[in-house]
Amino acid sequence: MSPLIYILQKEFKQIFRNPAILKVIFIMPVIQLILLPLAADYEIKNINIAILDRDHSATSSKLVNKITSSNYFKLVSYGANYDQAMEKIENDKADLILELPRNFEADLYKHKETKILLAVNAINGVKANIGAVYLNTIIQSYNNEFRNTIITPSRFNEIPLIEISTANWYNAKMNYKIFMVPGILVLLITMIALNLSSINIVREKELGTIEQINVTPIKKYHFLLGKLIPFWIIGMIVITIGLFIAWLVYGIIPLGAYVTIYVFAAVYLLVILGIGLLISTYAENQQQSMLVSFFLLMIFILMGGLYTSIDSMPQWAQWITKLNPVAYFIEVMRRVVLKGSGLADIQKPLYIMLLYAFIINYWAVLSYKKRS
Amino acid sequence: MLEKRKDQNNMKQFYNFIIKEFYHIFRDRKTLIILLGMPMAQIIIFGFALTNEVKNAQITIVNQSNSPNSIKLVQKIESSKYFEVYNQSTKTDDIERMFKKGTIKLALVIPSDFDNTIIAQNKAQLQIIADATDPNLATTVTNYLSIIINDFQNDINQNKTIPYKIVVETRMLYNPQLKGAYNFVPGVMAMVLLLVCTMMTSLTVVKEKELGNMEILLASPVNPLIIIFAKAVPYLLLSIVNIITILLLSYYVLGVPINGSLTLLFAVSILFILVSLSLGLLISTLTDTQQSAMFISLIVMFLPTVMFSGFIFPIENMPIPMQIISNIIPAKWYYIIVKSVMIKGGGITLIWKEVLVLTFMMTFLFSVAIKKFKIRLS
Repeated sequence: MSPLIYILQKEFKQIFRNPAILKVIFIMPVIQLILLPLAADYEIKNINIAILDRDHSATSSKLVNKITSSNYFKLVSYGANYDQAMEKIENDKADLILELPRNFEADLYKHKETKILLAVNAINGVKANIGAVYLNTIIQSYNNEFRNTIITPSRFNEIPLIEISTANWYNAKMNYKIFMVPGILVLLITMIALNLSSINIVREKELGTIEQINVTPIKKYHFLLGKLIPFWIIGMIVITIGLFIAWLVYGIIPLGAYVTIYVFAAVYLLVILGIGLLISTYAENQQQSMLVSFFLLMIFILMGGLYTSIDSMPQWAQWITKLNPVAYFIEVMRRVVLKGSGLADIQKPLYIMLLYAFIINYWAVLSYKKRS
Repeated sequence: MLEKRKDQNNMKQFYNFIIKEFYHIFRDRKTLIILLGMPMAQIIIFGFALTNEVKNAQITIVNQSNSPNSIKLVQKIESSKYFEVYNQSTKTDDIERMFKKGTIKLALVIPSDFDNTIIAQNKAQLQIIADATDPNLATTVTNYLSIIINDFQNDINQNKTIPYKIVVETRMLYNPQLKGAYNFVPGVMAMVLLLVCTMMTSLTVVKEKELGNMEILLASPVNPLIIIFAKAVPYLLLSIVNIITILLLSYYVLGVPINGSLTLLFAVSILFILVSLSLGLLISTLTDTQQSAMFISLIVMFLPTVMFSGFIFPIENMPIPMQIISNIIPAKWYYIIVKSVMIKGGGITLIWKEVLVLTFMMTFLFSVAIKKFKIRLS
């Protein structure tokens, strides 16, 4: 065991000798964890609407009032000039244009049916869709009110009406923070762990110090363990800081046990550090290892299920995410924090991670050659 | 005469240094392949995989009614591409268990009196239960299901004419098929270009410092600025190659149109690369090891770029302080420009403000980098 202790001493000394990086490791997650969740609100409110009222009748202005008094829409332009409204869309100042044609009111009374036109800026498809649905709901309800003022409603509905009640379990208030904060913590830990480990061995290669280690009788796995353990400890400390910040700033306390998170995180870090070491043993210089870890990080993070849902990806992409450790940790975090899952509930992902960690680290030991 | 010869000499030195840097780059084949191949892989993977549209969401239907109308509704849900019915039962007990295991996203409860009330009273109730651990997903799938139910309501209603009806005709502008790629391709372009350029420029300069070559170069009679510029030029050219491949792939493979002027798009992309290169140079003057340079250009910049550029989280939804912060992210401006030119087909009149901001950023970052570099020298 003794050579391992000396290697550990060396690695810790090296880490503490570079205070700039230590600062980044410990301060950056705190700042980002506090700031970023505030930006991560996907709730669709403040839909900007431009209304073209060519009718200027009592009915049309009542409808406009109803739309603007709802909480979802912000009226950015009101008038009769189509070009002006279109310009708002081009400049991203408006998301929707609602056009009330000239005979809006007259048609409604005379033909008992009237048409209005809705144009949606659909570059962001989901926002467009949801905005259109909200607006339709408001128009429908206005339509019903209008009808009831003209024909006295009978005891039962004239037409079948299905009332939908919705319940949002586990997060009734639809709090985005409680979903984003643990997720962002996972991303931060992943970036730090992967970058620390992926650059380490290759740096020794580039500076030539690895030759000095290679001529010592140190075993390969001692050397790799010596690299792994300090980063693992740093990772666990960052997680602890992150969970503390989540509680202090956002008041997030997992429904499940902290132990569950720590057990999973312990295994998870082995996977990420193993991937880093593997990159490091293959890369010839730091640029290569950085590019590869950047490539992996981008895929891990963007396809981790935090930003877009994994279920909506095509089948082949879902298969890729089966190899994405970030996706597993985010899913586990979500379950433990919001649903209160315990160790028994997360058995499957935990075993997958254990297997993953074993394979990756074993591979790293194999591919690290003492002879160059 | 002497001045002129000095200029010529400088130009020649500059040219020679660029050639040297190219040798460096071409000699390291692996890096070059990664550098050129990575953006291609990313644009393809993300272009297809990233979408906010939810398809085949697993749903469980608790049908306590089991009547003709309820079965019709279930069939309608089954046939939609948005949902896949995970299982059907008559009891509500299982819902919780399935949510906890994460097998379903949504549950629909059809009460036992569904058909009776809809026939007798023209009124019925349904309950949707969503797994709101992911609020985005929950809202989206709930909305989809509501649309289907509304459709169903209209179906059973077909032969009755409703008086005094307001019909809404909806037209989707720019992206009638609601493709996710229209939104994500410009975003991914901004991210890849920014991070790759910044990272590579900062690394290549810092590497010379770390290996001790910088001292040698500075001791030589060559103007140090020439050395720095010469390092940036090859990456500018490589990034231009990357832009070309990215645009070709997004046009031919992902089907994202280029509605505006290609020249304009190209010119602005080069401007954006120059911003990234200047940022990279600045980082290289602030750091001494490749590791620190990487930490700043990747760990510090990565998530803010993802979150504040606006392609995942709409900026207008953010609280005001966050909206202000988003202005310092170069990728945000480039994302707006690419969207305007590629998809909306806008010209310079539409994007001059954003171009101005990027130009300012470039000038600012560049002059600070040069200043820092000069301080180091003296």
